[in-house]
Amino acid sequence: MSPAVDVKTLVIDGIDVSARADQTVLEVARENNIFIPTLCHLDGLSDVGACRLCLVEVKNSPKLFPACVLKVEEGMEVTTKSDRLLHYRQTILELLFAERNHVCSVCVTNNHCELQATAQSQGLTHVRLPYRSPRLGVDASNERFVADQNRCILCTRCVRVCDEIEGAHVWDVMGRGIDSMVITDLMQPWGESSCTRCGKCVNVCPTGALFDKTKVGSDHPKYPDFVPYLNMMREGR
Amino acid sequence: MTSEELLQIAEASTAEHEQFDFQLNVCMGTGCMSQHSDKVKAALTEEVAKSGKHCHVRQTGCMGLCAAGPLVLVEPTETRYGNVHEADAKELVDSLGGKPLERLETHLDKYFQGQQHIVLENSGHIDPEKIDEYIGRDGYQALMTALTQMDPQTVIEQISKSGLRGRGGGGYPTGLKWGMVAKAGKGQKYVICNGDEGDPGAFMDRSVLESDPQRVIEGMAIAAYAVGASKGYVYVRAEYPLAISRLTASLREARRRGFLGSNICGTTFAFDIEIRLGAGAFVCGEETALIASIEGQRGQPRPRPPYPAVSGLWGCPTLINNVETFANIAPILRNGPQWYSSIGTERSKGTKVFALTGKIANTGLVEIPMGMTLREIIFEIGGGIPNGHTFKAVQTGGPSGGCLPEEHLDLSVSYDALISAGSMMGSGGMIVMDDTSCMVNVARFFMEFCMTESCGKCVPCRAGTAQMFDLLTKICDGEATHADLDLLIDLCDVVKNTSLCGLGMTAPNPVLSTLRYFKHEYLEHIDNKYCRAGVCACAGKAPAKEEVTA
Ligand SMILES: Cc1cc2nc3c(=O)[nH]c(=O)nc-3n(C[C@H](O)[C@H](O)[C@H](O)COP(=O)(O)O)c2cc1C
Ligand code: FES
Repeated sequence: MSPAVDVKTLVIDGIDVSARADQTVLEVARENNIFIPTLCHLDGLSDVGACRLCLVEVKNSPKLFPACVLKVEEGMEVTTKSDRLLHYRQTILELLFAERNHVCSVCVTNNHCELQATAQSQGLTHVRLPYRSPRLGVDASNERFVADQNRCILCTRCVRVCDEIEGAHVWDVMGRGIDSMVITDLMQPWGESSCTRCGKCVNVCPTGALFDKTKVGSDHPKYPDFVPYLNMMREGR
Repeated sequence: MTSEELLQIAEASTAEHEQFDFQLNVCMGTGCMSQHSDKVKAALTEEVAKSGKHCHVRQTGCMGLCAAGPLVLVEPTETRYGNVHEADAKELVDSLGGKPLERLETHLDKYFQGQQHIVLENSGHIDPEKIDEYIGRDGYQALMTALTQMDPQTVIEQISKSGLRGRGGGGYPTGLKWGMVAKAGKGQKYVICNGDEGDPGAFMDRSVLESDPQRVIEGMAIAAYAVGASKGYVYVRAEYPLAISRLTASLREARRRGFLGSNICGTTFAFDIEIRLGAGAFVCGEETALIASIEGQRGQPRPRPPYPAVSGLWGCPTLINNVETFANIAPILRNGPQWYSSIGTERSKGTKVFALTGKIANTGLVEIPMGMTLREIIFEIGGGIPNGHTFKAVQTGGPSGGCLPEEHLDLSVSYDALISAGSMMGSGGMIVMDDTSCMVNVARFFMEFCMTESCGKCVPCRAGTAQMFDLLTKICDGEATHADLDLLIDLCDVVKNTSLCGLGMTAPNPVLSTLRYFKHEYLEHIDNKYCRAGVCACAGKAPAKEEVTA
């Protein structure tokens, strides 16, 4: 006899779907080709529920839930698209664009950027909020990579991939609130840090905040799909 | 320790004090200490020795009326003296046994009579560093009874029946929370006492920890027995050095008397407590951030569920309650849940300690039964607004709460009434404002607090509070338009509904409540560049009468 698998059935956007009990709403939605925008989530890394783009409505709850960490439940009715959710997602994206200095025309990841693509997918046409235009630096001390704080959205994918996959924990977050900043080691320049130069953080970075020096123009696609593959190989499956 | 031994300690402690004709209790809380009450105590001790009177001078915790410090309480006559200085010592000691020293009497009967002390029953009456004095006032009886006569389930039932709700702000039913942790398996569990207390203007928890730390330890031990935990942590902010040193001393005393450690009260129950210091971040009062901080990680919240009751400290089921919540436990078990639930309102039982601050005559701590009106608290106990100014608003709930105007003064204080009026109970800060406060500026102050205290993890709280702060600054400066106000209102909605933790979810409350009750002040700043309180730097003039009503 095969071991009992705990299966749940639920409804997402009116579609009946089935899931393993340990799955999240985001996973199940994607399996069923239901698109939910995300930025901090990356397959293969732990979830932190920080960008809030994946918020969904659950029937009979006034609260919104981040789909990336919301475990499926039997009979759950989830709505991933509504005027309210769209407005919240657009405003969150506006908050991100206005927070630092996102200038697509001079960005190496122009047209390969997840922030840009997400904004387009959510129909964002302009930013109502005043740009905060902070003065932030660029760290090019690493022989291979550059960190441009102006483009960072603090998704902490770099922090998690470095800790959870590479096992180096070079990246972390410093400061709090609007002054938060990703740093290498204890704010040593990247080139002088304990960085292993594996480049994982560059590939998982959704924007042009971390990029490869050899890339010029807007010629910098990223390949973050290696993470689940690595995990799978390590688990020996 | 058996109950007979406990009784003997209590009797010995009472007898020790009864051999004196008088007790001079000198407040050594942070407030009075800052006014050099330690010197007053030294001077009194010296004068007593000189006078040959049979009198005992001792340090106690906070007596509540911090504004009139240093405070001295004479027992058994219950005479209260305020603003006592070293130079007054001789006169004060001389007056013992004769007529009270009129000059120094506080004359604040209304302040003390309107209150009902349960959490603060020992504050100002015992030396917080002497466990036997606590035992002398029925301390550790509740733990003894719970361990020797009740099973854990019964303890939880008693707490549930009492109707006690969490005093950390959310008001979650305490018995229900204990039950959840108790049911969460049989493995390692933890009990955490939340003493982070980061709300501006609030100092209830500090005062309880300074004045009566054994009560918190007893409450935690009872909780640990009820939920099946063997290890506890008290999380206190490092800015509370006196509370930390008294708590450290008290933990040692409790171990010495066998209320912590193994075989507590002669049973198989084992429990011990460690102190963890916070670095003063407001967000570390949020339970998941606090747990991360104890674990040695960056103090930032994580999404719930899972709740700490299921997966808390190091992934184990964890009970986390506020200092004041734990301080209520022993009296509930001692006097029975019916006694407790007879105090308060339908859905908010017992008493609540508030830190009264701002434009009010009697600044200090008050403990009142739930259901008392704001008017009674502010105008009777608090003595009203000083210097001939008029009342404008009262702020409760700290940065998560709201400002209530005069028409809500007859609101009786309870969790639900405050929320429906657009504020909240919070942990007990109560800031009174008069006509010299600009409500837009007040909202801006709280937004600045939330902005700088945001951990920065989720986008709406990190970037949203900063944007709202900028918009509020623009309004204060008389440079905003109606479009800016609309944007502010929209951001309030977004940040409230999309933030990860309670900090962001409640950060818009001060704006929303001032917009609800004082919208005219926003409009005056925008339309007339006018600040009626004269606080903001905008240069305009008062609007003509008919414009104000628009
Ligand atoms: C931003 C934030 C700050 C908080 N600060 C405190 C605090 O200082 N003290 C406290 O007891 N609870 C605080 N809380 C509430 C705790 O998360 C938790 O609900 C509480 O400690 C539970 O105890 P209780 O059930 O006894 O109230 C805070 C919550 C948030 C969202
Ligand atoms: S993807 Fe869920 S919060 Fe960012």
